[in-house]
Amino acid sequence: MAEKFSFVVDGKSVAVEAEPAMPLLYALRSELGLTNPKFGCGKAQCGACTVHVDGAPMRSCVTPVSLIKGKRVTTLAGLGTAEKPHPLQQAYIDEGVPQCGFCLSGWLMTAAAFLRNNPKPTDAQIRQAMTGIKCRCGTHMAIMRAIKRAAQTLSA
Amino acid sequence: MNMNEISNIARRDFFKTTGALVISIALPGSIESALSQSPSGKPPLLPDELDSWIAILPNGNATAYFGKMDMGQGVDVAVQQIVAEELDLAFERVNVIMGDTALTCNQGGASGSTGLQMGGMALRNAAAEARRVLVERAAQKLGVAADQLRVENGVVMSGSQRITYSDLIGGQYFHHKLEWNKQYGNPLKVQGKATLKKPSEYKVVGKPFPQAVITEKVMGRQKFITDITVPGMVHARVVRPLNAGCALVAVDENSIKHIASARVVREQNFLAVVADKEWDAVRASEALKVKWSPQCNPFPPMATLHDYIRKASFTKKETPVNRGDVDEAFKTAAKTIVAEYEWPLQSHASMGPACAIADMNGDTPRLWTGSQKPHYGRSGCARITGIPLEKMRSTWVPGPGSYGRNEAGDCAADAALISKAIGKPVRLQYMRHDATAWDPKGPAGVYRGRAALDAAGNVAAYDFFAKGFTRQDVATTEADPKDTLAGQFTRFAPKGTLIFQIPAEAYTFENKRCGWETIPAMLERGSPLRTGHFRDPLGPETHFASESFIDEVAAAANADPVAFRLKYLTRERDVAVIKAAAQKANWKSNERGSRGKGNLMRGRGFAYTERNGTVVALVAEVEVERKTGRVWAKKFWCAHDCGQIINPGTILTVIEGNIVQAISRTLLEEVKFDQNQVLSVDWATYPILELADTPESIEIALIDRPEMSPQGAGEPSHRTVPAAIANAIFDATGIRMRKVPITPQRMREALARA
Repeated sequence: MAEKFSFVVDGKSVAVEAEPAMPLLYALRSELGLTNPKFGCGKAQCGACTVHVDGAPMRSCVTPVSLIKGKRVTTLAGLGTAEKPHPLQQAYIDEGVPQCGFCLSGWLMTAAAFLRNNPKPTDAQIRQAMTGIKCRCGTHMAIMRAIKRAAQTLSA
Repeated sequence: MNMNEISNIARRDFFKTTGALVISIALPGSIESALSQSPSGKPPLLPDELDSWIAILPNGNATAYFGKMDMGQGVDVAVQQIVAEELDLAFERVNVIMGDTALTCNQGGASGSTGLQMGGMALRNAAAEARRVLVERAAQKLGVAADQLRVENGVVMSGSQRITYSDLIGGQYFHHKLEWNKQYGNPLKVQGKATLKKPSEYKVVGKPFPQAVITEKVMGRQKFITDITVPGMVHARVVRPLNAGCALVAVDENSIKHIASARVVREQNFLAVVADKEWDAVRASEALKVKWSPQCNPFPPMATLHDYIRKASFTKKETPVNRGDVDEAFKTAAKTIVAEYEWPLQSHASMGPACAIADMNGDTPRLWTGSQKPHYGRSGCARITGIPLEKMRSTWVPGPGSYGRNEAGDCAADAALISKAIGKPVRLQYMRHDATAWDPKGPAGVYRGRAALDAAGNVAAYDFFAKGFTRQDVATTEADPKDTLAGQFTRFAPKGTLIFQIPAEAYTFENKRCGWETIPAMLERGSPLRTGHFRDPLGPETHFASESFIDEVAAAANADPVAFRLKYLTRERDVAVIKAAAQKANWKSNERGSRGKGNLMRGRGFAYTERNGTVVALVAEVEVERKTGRVWAKKFWCAHDCGQIINPGTILTVIEGNIVQAISRTLLEEVKFDQNQVLSVDWATYPILELADTPESIEIALIDRPEMSPQGAGEPSHRTVPAAIANAIFDATGIRMRKVPITPQRMREALARA
């Protein structure tokens, strides 16, 4: 049976009517038209659907919408603003990272949370923290540069 | 404001607004109808009309209509630079529109790294001709000879006299003819009477302009093909046969009765579900009970794949290089070297499964596709639904990565078939297994090198032979339904093109033979293992073997790999690129890898390749861990000559991407299958390179040749990687790894055997 679930996305209160088991990804994309989180695999194997739930990165493709009731969701579009991009977004722009760009929610949302807790990471820590996030265009070198650049900005 | 201005502005605004695809069909009167009502309307969209390529807007800015697309590597930015350069307009004042059959000529779509090499040259010629026409008009208006005029950022000047592009033509059409070679697709060429600029005059070409679209993507504003909606659309998912080659026997429609609005669409062996809501379509595709005919074991056991290839009869055979007398030279060889190499089936495994929206109903049937070939997709969808081609419009929208003929072409045909069947616009998005398990695969092959050395260590004969599944079991485009799953599951009999590859290099061996054979498909119809173009088709496969083998021959001749290659190469660009890579890496001919019994072994390897006019040389440095078998491709030094460089910024990330994706293919990627189905269905069963295994550094030396036209850069540095890694592993361990992927398990086993 469909139920009503209220939560906050990118600072805005929203409500969706859905089966409790429906993944958050479909609530965001299909019901709310917030298309930044992408469907990559539906199995939490690639990261393309990553959003923050109360500040922590979560794979929305396997997170039932019922678990989000009353919580605060942030998507890539809510990470920074046009006037003030998140330092990671700025670093991604400066380094010209994405090619197809479909993977961005995975990297940016995961790295943003990681850098908040690890403001001065080593290369090895960055490599480890990003395990499981996929990029098929092979932009890995630029991703490393951008995360390091953002870390410098954040800890400056 | 006249009709032309309105249409131009509508067109420009339409394309500059993200998500405007929805807005476009809500516009009161389409762009086309606005044009057709205009007495001085746009000439027909034919390549011999200048207006098909360049428009000058009322404010004097320009729009370029590009019949290829950018798949994220900045081809559009380079085209923008080329057009701005020849038009003498500021870079920011040029807008590039891509991949819409109503607005752009069919230049072949994204294909074979020809975006600039071929597609960009049409735009260059058209822009130069547009400038010439504008300057001539200015000459008439100002009463000054054309050769006395100069142009600066769209202002034509002579002394104190000046007139702008806006004054001259803003919002009006050129109505000016170009010479056209009467070909569509990649070979399309157009030419005006204008003389192109000399490289010494360039202001925009050769500068590292950034890709503006990157900001849109990073800020979450970019709409992908997966993100657009059209009014009244329903959601679809396909249901593929459980076992390859099985026919659809029965569908239990009651099994999805509990899901609101869900229904079955079936035509012969094609099966899909549709529902008003996307999640309902997903659930219905999982819940649907289907009876397929019994499994028929179309595939050999996976472990025997390469023996299967060796033993298979050939369908076509060619020997493109046959110089001297190879067989005779082998008879007197002082030393003979023979080695065989194996490459697996590989999946495009694009970041997101393909998506398409089709509305095959009404007066203007529409397709929105993320495929590399919107023009050909239009043909395919029209043919599979029986709709007149000329009525239909196809629009490309950025997709979730593609790297060749992935499943996007199949998705478009599926969506068209479903839309026609139910009479509604349909959005079809594949699930992960529909992409990884069911995309056309990069072909598996067996490669054999034979070489004869004389007593002095010179190469007396060289014989290279490749055998495998054709690279075009399905064509490179989806123009014909026979090349799509929707077609093959219904009434279109498949018919592949038999084509393989020999190494692209210029070694001057006196007695040299290079040939290939293709073998029959394992399953002719509707096969999840049908083969097709995957990034740099047969490039990594062939050159893994050929450049590994050259390394083996060099070692047998006790020669340094760099010196050995230089000994047999004479073309100036080949020599220059090899020397540049060696220099960049500080290559030392007397230095050997670590070998020995330690846990961590380090070594360096070299490779050189050519691809359609671009030459690349690469040094790889690897670390091999004895205990785990892990190979870390740690450092690369690449020298790259693709002729004239349009954008020295974007090309660096393009080369990095080529190298990193090729590392993944070399060390990890192999499509797994049993005798009835593909077992690689997701990222767990088809892993790709993680950030943890990314190189520490990739250093790139660009060789710019402004006197040449630009050659491709989107793929050539891909094929150089596998052999460079394998040769570095040999340097580190003394072991030749001749089978890809070089997984930790295979490496461990090889080290244990050594």
